[in-house]
Amino acid sequence: MITTTGLTKVYRSGDREVTALDGVDLHVREGEVYGVLGQSGAGKSTLIRCLNLLERPTSGTVTVAGTDLTALAGRGERAGAALRAARSHIGMVFQHFNLLSSRTVQDNVELPLEILKVDRRERSRKALELLDLVGLADKAKAYPAQLSGGQKQRVGIARALAGDPKVLLSDEATSALDPETTRSILQLLRDLNQQLGLTIVLITHEMDVVKTICDSAALMKGGRVVESGTVAGLLATPGSELARELFPVGGEPSGDGRTVVDVTFHGSAATRPVISELSRTYNVDISILGAAMDTVGGKQIGRMRIELPGPFEENVVPIGFLREQGLQVDVADAADTTDAPAGATAPAPTLRKDAAK
Amino acid sequence: MQPLLYNACLDTFFMVWWATVWAVIGGLPLGVLLVLTERGGQLRNAAVNKVISVVVNIGRSLPFIILMIALIPFTRFVIGTSIGPSAAVVPLAIGAIPFFARLVETAVREVDGGLVEAVQSMGGSTWTIVFKVLLPQAMPSLVAGLTNTVITVISYSAMAGALGAGGLGSVAITYGQQRFDTRFMIVTVVLIIVIVTAVQLIGDLAVRALSRRTSRADTPRGLLRLPRPRKASEQIQRDNAHLL
Repeated sequence: MITTTGLTKVYRSGDREVTALDGVDLHVREGEVYGVLGQSGAGKSTLIRCLNLLERPTSGTVTVAGTDLTALAGRGERAGAALRAARSHIGMVFQHFNLLSSRTVQDNVELPLEILKVDRRERSRKALELLDLVGLADKAKAYPAQLSGGQKQRVGIARALAGDPKVLLSDEATSALDPETTRSILQLLRDLNQQLGLTIVLITHEMDVVKTICDSAALMKGGRVVESGTVAGLLATPGSELARELFPVGGEPSGDGRTVVDVTFHGSAATRPVISELSRTYNVDISILGAAMDTVGGKQIGRMRIELPGPFEENVVPIGFLREQGLQVDVADAADTTDAPAGATAPAPTLRKDAAK
Repeated sequence: MQPLLYNACLDTFFMVWWATVWAVIGGLPLGVLLVLTERGGQLRNAAVNKVISVVVNIGRSLPFIILMIALIPFTRFVIGTSIGPSAAVVPLAIGAIPFFARLVETAVREVDGGLVEAVQSMGGSTWTIVFKVLLPQAMPSLVAGLTNTVITVISYSAMAGALGAGGLGSVAITYGQQRFDTRFMIVTVVLIIVIVTAVQLIGDLAVRALSRRTSRADTPRGLLRLPRPRKASEQIQRDNAHLL
């Protein structure tokens, strides 16, 4: 649905150059919720603005629903009619809602339809239908200042849907909201994704958002996509940074000469008493240092950090047993060394700014 | 004395009205263009921006009385004479346009860039951005700026009286100063104060009415904001808060 190839954005101010995006290849399939995670400054905001060309990429291409937007853009700074027409079928919601305070809720939702030159009666019908869809039918005549943050974002979503988009871009849509409201907005996005078959790309710095609604995710660092894939797939990838961040399991080993093992359960393994079986079969004492359980995309997924007595060499058999059960097992000490190559593919972001000069 | 003052008031209103109309016709697009053509604007164009900015600055920096004298040949060319209220409208308008343009620029620049981005993301053109976002959102500030412009034009029009424009300024000079009739001086001063106060009041009310919907939800509908009577239970709870 959305494909970017070699997307690069370099900002120039005076003689300084800052690379915000450094060759991003993104592939979002139709009908999925795709999360882009990263800390501030990682380039995710620039990335989402490049997807509807609010930001012109320095190089690379953006294709949305089979249309090459970068080809429509032309060379000038201004958006031509073709690009504007394409944009009207890509919805976007914002962190700070960006509603016009001078218009009522209904008039805000009608704005994209005015741009599309829809006649007055049809505009009104559509706006009320959309407000009903987001659960704000009774607020049509209110002004944005009279709404709560969550309600404002619902209006923002209704407005983004007015042009019947196939794709919805969400720029930190829940970052200004409290946890309760965040949940309800994410639920709404999930419902829209399922009911309308809407493809959603959302950028966020909140792990919870990805955990709650994303089918796929990408992790950005220093303008590059460091990891990407389906959430289930990432969790099954040994040494995945995203998986570790999604399910952080803390806990320090209680002493030397012990083996710390990270176990990831998914699918049917999550419901079996594996640890208890291990303990009984091999007569080992297992202490649990940390654990997290969650439901991702309707499947139960868990991570657990356990400690076995004795060094790694003595625990090869029990670890082998865990692997046989279909669990993903990372031995903590060994993990440090296996992690390194994955992490090293991303050059340090601090270096690049100087190097680009 | 009365018909004289009455006619002078009408002349002043005539000059102020037409100068203000021209200030809006000329100043509004110039002010909006100043914002649109600057770096990062919708129509970024350094050359156009520079030219408008320089022209506006020249207009702003000349003292009005000098501007008026300098424009006499131009006024004569346009109107056919340089004396009387109609002729005075020309320099008044040319003085008011850059004044209002700068105020428009400030008002429009204060509109949140996120709103522009939102409309761009919907496929809005520059035209849409100006007429559906920038101007409606800046409306309270624009009206406040217009109020200031009208008041400035009133004071300019009194100055124009010294150069034969007619209006209250002429009356104050011909009768009040040159004939030493203090009554005329006092009356014209009072009249001008009353007019300026009335304009300011109307402007403030308009601004308040326009910005009411953008302020907090619990603002009462009337122009006067009365404290809401608090419910007895709330009051008791508040009074006893220290006991809990």
